This record gives sequence, C-alpha cells and structure tokens, in this order.
Amino acid sequence: MLSLWRKIRRTGRVAEPPPSADRPTPLTSELAGSVQIRHVDAGSCNGCEIEIGSAFGPVYDAERYGARLVASPRHADALLVTGAVTRNMAEPLRRTFEAVSAPKVVVAVGDCARDCGAFTGAYGVVGAVHDIVPVDLEVAGCPPRPEAIVEALRTLTGR
Amino acid sequence: MNPVEFGLAAAVAVGLAGTVAALLVPRPARPGVTGACVAVAGALGLTAGIAAVTGVTWSVHLPAVLPLAGVDLAVDGLSGVFLAVAGAVAVAAGIYGIGYARHGLDGRAVQAAFPMFVLSLLLVPAAGGVGTFGLCWELMALSSLILVLAEHRRRPAVASAGLWYAVMTHLGFVAILVGLLVAAGPADGGSFAAIRAAAPGLPPAVAGLAFMACLVGFGSKAGIVPLHAWLPRAHPEAPSHVSALMSAAMVNLGVYGVVRVGIDLLGGGPRWWWLLTLAVGAVSAVYGILQAVVAGDLKRLLGHSTTENMGLVLVGVGACGLFTVDGEAVLAALALTAALLHVIGHAAFKTLLFLSAGSVLHATGTRDLDALGGLRARMPATTAAFGLGALAASALPPGTAFVSEWLLLQSLVHGLPAAGVVASIVLPLGVAAVALTAGLAVATFVKAFGVGFLARPRGSGAAGARESPPTMLAGMALAAAACVGLAIAPMLVLPALAQVAGTLTRTGPPVSGAVTIELDGVAGAMSPVLLAAALVAGCVVVVVLVRVSAARPARRETRLWDCGGGPLTERMQYTATSFAEPLQRVFDNVLQPVQDIEVTHHRESQYLVEAVAYRRRVPDRIERRLYEPVLAAVAAWGRAGRRLATGSVHLYLGFGFAVLCGAFVMLVVTR
Amino acid sequence: MNPLGVAGGVLQAVVIVGGAPLVVGLMRQIRARLEGRAGAGVAQPWRDLRKQLRKQPASPRGTSEIYRSAPVLLVATTLVVAVVAPFVTTASALPAVADLFVVVALLALGTVMIALAGIDTGTAFGGMGASREVTILALVEPTVLVAIFALSVRAGSTNLSAIVGSVLDDPARLVSPASLLAAVALVVVIVAETGRLPVDNPATHLELTMVHEAMVLEYAGPDLALVELGSAMRLSVYLGLLANLFVPWGVATGPGVAALAVGVAAFAVKVTLLAAALALAEVFLAKLRLFRVPELLAGSFLLALLSVTTAYVLV
Repeated sequence: MLSLWRKIRRTGRVAEPPPSADRPTPLTSELAGSVQIRHVDAGSCNGCEIEIGSAFGPVYDAERYGARLVASPRHADALLVTGAVTRNMAEPLRRTFEAVSAPKVVVAVGDCARDCGAFTGAYGVVGAVHDIVPVDLEVAGCPPRPEAIVEALRTLTGR
Repeated sequence: MNPVEFGLAAAVAVGLAGTVAALLVPRPARPGVTGACVAVAGALGLTAGIAAVTGVTWSVHLPAVLPLAGVDLAVDGLSGVFLAVAGAVAVAAGIYGIGYARHGLDGRAVQAAFPMFVLSLLLVPAAGGVGTFGLCWELMALSSLILVLAEHRRRPAVASAGLWYAVMTHLGFVAILVGLLVAAGPADGGSFAAIRAAAPGLPPAVAGLAFMACLVGFGSKAGIVPLHAWLPRAHPEAPSHVSALMSAAMVNLGVYGVVRVGIDLLGGGPRWWWLLTLAVGAVSAVYGILQAVVAGDLKRLLGHSTTENMGLVLVGVGACGLFTVDGEAVLAALALTAALLHVIGHAAFKTLLFLSAGSVLHATGTRDLDALGGLRARMPATTAAFGLGALAASALPPGTAFVSEWLLLQSLVHGLPAAGVVASIVLPLGVAAVALTAGLAVATFVKAFGVGFLARPRGSGAAGARESPPTMLAGMALAAAACVGLAIAPMLVLPALAQVAGTLTRTGPPVSGAVTIELDGVAGAMSPVLLAAALVAGCVVVVVLVRVSAARPARRETRLWDCGGGPLTERMQYTATSFAEPLQRVFDNVLQPVQDIEVTHHRESQYLVEAVAYRRRVPDRIERRLYEPVLAAVAAWGRAGRRLATGSVHLYLGFGFAVLCGAFVMLVVTR
Repeated sequence: MNPLGVAGGVLQAVVIVGGAPLVVGLMRQIRARLEGRAGAGVAQPWRDLRKQLRKQPASPRGTSEIYRSAPVLLVATTLVVAVVAPFVTTASALPAVADLFVVVALLALGTVMIALAGIDTGTAFGGMGASREVTILALVEPTVLVAIFALSVRAGSTNLSAIVGSVLDDPARLVSPASLLAAVALVVVIVAETGRLPVDNPATHLELTMVHEAMVLEYAGPDLALVELGSAMRLSVYLGLLANLFVPWGVATGPGVAALAVGVAAFAVKVTLLAAALALAEVFLAKLRLFRVPELLAGSFLLALLSVTTAYVLV
C-alpha cells in the first residue's frame, strides 16, 4: 500500500493539456457537458479499440470533457462505432442504435467505419457504418490518433 | 345477552349446520353452502373474539354435555385475540373456498370437515378446562387431517404428508395432555381456573415438567424447530384455503397454548423456561427462513415462513417471560404485545399469501417457482395481492410485520440495561436472530414475488394462466384489506392487545397513542400512518419534479436490451434456484445442499459436451439427523416384534398361557 | 411537528438533493487525480443528470409498473430519510419517523424496489444483479440492526435525535470500545450498502462483475436520472448518518438562522471529509470476489455483536 502511495506521489499528473484551448461548439445543445458513450465494435481489427482505450486513459483523459463510456446503450447518448460492418454485426448495430433514447448521435471511428477502408468489397462486409445507421460525425485515420478521437468527443460535449 | 356467549353459540350452530348441510346438499351447491356457513361462523367468532378482547369475559360449565368432566368454556382477553384471528381467517377462507372447491374438492367428507375444522379452531381458545381443551384440540387435529388428505387421489405426496401430520400432531397431543394433567394433578378439578389457583403450590420440578411437556406439544403445533417436520409437508399438500387456515389460525394455537400455560396458568416460572422458549424461537426463526429462502416450491416456501414467524412470536413470548422473572412488568407487557400483534399480522399476511398462492396453483397447475413468472400481465389482481402480502411479510415499511418487529426490537433494546448477565448475552443474540431473519425474509419474498410473478413466464402453465373467479378474489381482497389496515393503522388493534398483555403480566397497557405508537414507561415512538403519508408525499414530490423538469416525458416501448444478439428467451431469465444460489452458498454449512451435476459427453469426443444435467436438493438437515434414526429404530422394533407373530396357533395359545400364569404370579406376589 | 423541524427538514432535503451529486463528483475527482488524470470536475454528475432529464424514457416490453415506479420509490424513500433524520438539526420534521430502525428499513425498501425492477425486466443481468444485491442486503441487515442496538442501548432510545443528543451531552461515550466497534461495523456496512469498493465497483463496465449497475441496465432518460440521484443521495445519507451518530458536533439543537447555517456547514464538511476518505481508500482496494463479501460482512457482524456486549459490560 505504501509503495502504491509512493508511486502516486511520484507520478503526479500525467494528463496532457487539451490539444486545443478553445471550446468547440457542441453538435447538439441538448448533450452539452455530458455525453455517455456506448462503444460498438462492428467488425474492427481492434486497432481503433486500442486508440479509444488510450483516449480514455490517463494521458488523454477524455473523461475530463464530460465523456464517459457506459455499459448499456440505454444509458448512452452516443454510439462510437468502429470497423467495417460485418454481416453478423449489421443487425446488432441496428438494434443498438434503436436501444439508445433520443437525442442520440453516432460517431464512426476509423477509416473502416467511414468507408470500409482496406476491407472494401470483402465477402463478409455489409458496408460502412453510414449504410446501416445515420452517422453524425466521422473520425478519420487507420487507426485514428487518440487526439482525433478526443477532438471528436469534444465536439459532442462542447467542453 | 353476553356478546361472547351469543357469538360463540351462534358460530357453533352455524358451523354444525354447515357440516350437516355438506352431507345433505347435492354436489353443485355444496361448496357455496359450506363456504357461506364457514364465513358466517367465522364472522360470529370474530365478533365474539372482539367482544372478549375489549373486556367482556364469559365462562360456563356444562356438566351434562360430556360424561365425567363436563364441558368448560372460558373466554378472556387472551382467548379473544386467538378467537378473533381464527374467525377472521375463516371468513376469508370460507368465501375463497366457494370458488376454489370447484376443482375436485366438493366431496362430502372434505366439505363436511371444513366447517368442523373452523369450529374447532374457534373452540380451542374458548376451552376452559383440560377435558374440553383436549377434545377440541383432537377435533381440530382430525378435521384438519381429513382436509390435508383431500387431494390424496391426485398426488402420492399427499398421503405421506398426511401420515407425517397425523403422527406428529398426535405425539404433540400426548405431550400436551401429559403437561396439562401434571399441572392439574394437585388442582381441584380440571378447569383452568382451578389449575391457576393451585399453580403456586406446585413443586418447581413438577411445574417445570408440565411446562416442558406443554412447550414440546404446543411447539410441535406451532411448527417450532426441531418439531417442524410436518409443517412444510402438510401445508403445501393441503388445499390452499385449508393451508391458509392451518398456517394463519391453527399454528397460532401453539403459541396460545404456551402463553396460556406458561404465563397465565403456571404464572411465570423460573428463568430457564423463558430462555429456552426464546432460544427455540430464535433458532426456529432463522432456520425457518433459511429453508424458505432456498425453497423452490411456492407453498413450501410459505410453510417455512410460518415456522419463521412463529419463531419470532416465541422470541417475544420468551422475552416477556424473562422480563417478568426480572420484575420488568412494563417490558414484559411490551414484548407480549409485540408477540400478539405479530400473531395477528402474520395471520393477515399469511392468509393473503396462501390464498394468492392457491389462486396461482389453480390457474397454472404448478407451485414450482422455477416454472412460474409473467403472472403480472395475466393475473393482475392475484399479483397485486401477493405483492402486498410479500411487502407485509418482509418487515419493510409500510408493511404489517414491520410494526410488530419494531415493537419486539424495542422491548429487546430496552430490556438489555435492565436485565441480568445471562440476558445480556441472550438478548443481543436474540436481536441478531431477529435481524438476520428480517434480512433473509426480504430476500425470500423478493424471490417469491419477483421470480414468481414478474418478468416473463418460464413454463407453459404460467403462460396460459387466467385470473381466478370473483369469490376467490373476494377472499383475497378481505385478507388484503386486513393487511393494509394493520400496516397503516395498527393503533386500531394495539390498545386492546396492550390491555390483554398488560392484564396477563399484571401491569397497565404498555402502548398508547392514536396516530403514533407511543411506548409507555420507556422512550420510543413510531407512526406507521405518518410514515406511509411521508412516503406518498415523497413519491408525489419526486414525480412532480421529474414531470416539470423532463423535456421528453412521453415513454417509448422498446424491445429488451438483448446485447443486440437476437431475442432473449424465457429460459435465459434468472430462476428461483439461481436467485437463491448465492445465499445457499453463503449458508452452505448450515443447509448442506445436495447437488448433482451430470455431464454427458458427445459420442465422438470427450471434449464436446452434449448435455449437462443439474439437480439440487436442500434436504432438511434436522430431519435427517433427528427423525431418520428414530424412524429406523421404530422400524427395527417393529421387525423384532414381527418375529413373535409366526401364524402358529399353538404358539399364540402358548403366549396366552404364559401371560395368564404371569398375571396369577403377580396377583399372588402383590397380595 | 414544530416549525424548526419543518424548516430543518426542508433545508436538509434541499442540501442533500443538491449536494449528493457533488459528493459523487468529488469522489470521482479525487480518484481521477490519484490516477494522474485531470478529472471531469465536481459538477459532472449534475451535468449528467441535466442531460438525462432531456432524454426520452423507455419501457422494455413486458415490464410492469414495478419497473416504472422503482426509481421514484428509490428517491422517495431516501428523500423521507433526508427530511426526518438529524443531519442539520436535531429537531425532526416527523419525530415519530426519525427512528433508526425505520430509517434503515426505508433505505432497504428502496434497494428492494430496484431489485424487483431488475427481476421485472426478465433479462439475465437484471436477475443476476437483483440476486446479488438482495444477498448482500440480507447479510447487511443483521449488522446494521445489531450496531444500532449497541448505539441505542447507550442512549436508551432508538430515536435518532435522542441518540445524537445523548452523544452531545456526554462526549466521553464516543471513545468507549462499544462505540468504536459499532463505528467500524457501520463503515463496512455502508460501503456494502452504497455499492462502493471492495464490495461493488461503481465504475465497472463488465456486466459479470456488476451488482448495482446490472439491475439498472434497462433504465434510460429521467428514470436513469432518478436511479443515479437516488444512489448518490443514499451515499450522502449514509455518510451523514455515520458522521452525526459518532461526531455530532455542529448540528443545530436550537432555533435560529445562524444555528441552521452552522449546521449546514458542519454537515457539508463532515460528509465531504468522509467521502474524501472513502475515495482515497478505494484507490488502494481491489474488488472482492462476490463470495468473499459474506466473510467481510460476517466480520462486521461480529464486531457489531461485540460492541453490544461491551456496551453492556463496560457501561
């Protein structure tokens, strides 16, 4: 326990300062200040998941802008969809979208989610995320950098 | 005319008329006639009981009715409480029985036994002498036995339950008779008044023997551990309105007997009597609720819960006796008031629970909680009734049992500083037992109500359930009204109960107040009606605030969140077994469940599983340890005796000759 | 029912409803700082609630009014406790309800309603959460009642105001072994009841490790706002009870605006300190396996029982 305390003391604050100082205007004013996020892996290679993980880690700390990952789409305001949508995940993605109460937004994270990326035309792929559910915001990159994900989340929360 | 006399006489007349009518009236009209007679007799008994509780006493000696002893009837406040409870339960059960009996329960014997049973329930607390008491007690045992056996053609388990019940109840009766006769030995006659007058002259050992025998006998009727073995067998197998009568009215008479003999007739007694009573009460409460929490059969669960509640009542009675010995009359009266209130509250909610369980059984054909569920949409009235009963039983505010358990805890809290060293160890353990019971009761009834009635049906019986006929609902509605009344306005009955308890412990009533229950003599006040009002006000405030501040008030219907992967089937729900599994594991050492997991592997590879069968049984440990050796010994004795009966006439003549010689020898020696 | 009690009751309700989300926010902020993060700020739970009130509520098909009324009852029971218990002033709005047994049972009623709602959804997670929550509740109840017993034997009453008053009159009682044992037992119980580490992890996303969260997975919008507000209020109420049972100084005993203001300030400081201590402790704790929790609770039960015995022996 003491060693943990020493480590806490030694490490101090690791969160980096916000990438840009100005506050972005939120996508919808109804979600201002607080966006709860359900992450859906629609067929990702897990590259985007690692970056999302680090966006919510201590260094980038997306939670400081009022974004938080939750366990149920009923609690969520935003879906964070990664990967090209595979056949098995098309219906679950639709159902997850249905399960979120209004007002809701969908964020497509990564090139695969935007336009199937490297998997365009693959036999198991139904299409990009916008072919299945309406997408409000896209984050480019394969995988996108955590800063880009944080930037997108900030446009949702407006903080 | 004395209202008690009138009520009892009329109840006896109506009850006998019901029995005769059941034998004469043709089958279609039979349940209606007997049900109506039972309800009227119950109502008359209730009025007699209320009159007795409010201070009207009545006693009579009818030498001509029975040879030798005659019939003694004596009704005082204590009898009145139990008389009123039995009468009230009979009203609800009688009305309910009209609709319930249409399912093969309209046979002559069963319908004739029903009014007799109610009659005996009314007469036992009114009995004023050993002979009358024994007669009524036996009448109660026999008539209830016929009713327990009513459905013996449909299920083989009924016969076994009936056998257990018959043996246990008669062994109990023997103990009671021994106890009463020992107590009546030096008295002038067998009336309770004579026993009461002679009690101070009894040697302590004799009084102790009398009390112990009565505690055993009455305890077995009240389903007290370890004499509870019949209760979880007979209650589920009896027709539900009979279960209600047995569980809400009959087992109470066990408590009545302990109070009558221990506190009234023998006038208190040494400390160890009451420590023993308190200890068996506490053990019964915890053991009963532990069995209930893992039970998968709805009516068996309710039967175990009866053991628990009678245990709580005996904790109150034991505390009362203990405080009496210590000279704390006010606390003694408070503990007894709590016990009596719990008897009444238990009668109300257990009637309601058994009647609604019967309604479920009637509609779905099963008592297995694992196969129920989803009854809210199909049987809304029954669901509401059971929900109310479950709230009342789980000692949560605003519930019926909460008030009595609050009173009981108050008496224990205030008793600690006043009591001696032994009590300072026993009372905290008593509180701990009551507290553990309260916690487990919550789990039990969340399971029974949540798994049994909410969510979606787990079996075909529950899926096709329909609401019960109006007579059954009317019986349930009466019990529900009693539950609500006792929960919100216990002050309607508490002053009278306090008066009865005060008289028995030779002090004033320990409770007063109109809106608030105020304890006299010790600090403490609680108001169930204000509490309920505050809760309602809180709900209104919350709803209004949410309505005002919510931007999209309209609710939308959605599918269940199934993680996106196709619909959730009914089989994916938690069952009663899975719900109780963590608690079963926590109390593993006490319950010692028997689990059986059978894995069938695929033919082609032992790494592939084809089927997994899981079976779990929680056998009653006390039963296995205590009863099975006795049963084995009896069976062995029987086998030994059988060797004498070889069928040879010569041998039998030889036995006769030997006995005759023996008799002569004895005569010669003793002369 | 006296004017001071009513004013105090309304004030307490306002303070607890307004402050409870801030207490949760503070605990999250402390945790974030210790993890090296920046943190979302103390007011974040309020932002969450504001947003949830703007969302549309949802009822899954097949659920009954139990599901819809549970969040309301959860908040209502806690609100009643917030009004009647002596947090800011010992003058209770409803003295006949300010009984320790009543308060504990009311809080249990809220838990039971949420558990029933969890079963009512008919999902595996709902049933699982309900089963676990009720198991913990069943084991917590004895400890709470026995600890209460120890405290009330000392005061000669189970009335909360009387208990608080007796400590104010005779502070020496506080350092008695009975009192300390009861305090330790109550701390364990409060941790279990409010679903904090090591019994339950309020921040978990993994359904299989959930206790409280698993029951409320289906709630959305204002219903969810009520559930979260209710949980936050329960935390504050429990911490407030703990604080005022053992360190009652500052609570208003007489009338006057100044006394009430001091009472509010003292209450806020006490709850904040306790919450901070709890958050600090949580950083060093891992979640216990579900079947290790009963051992923890059994330990606290023994402490409570010991406390009663010492209360009698060392009076």
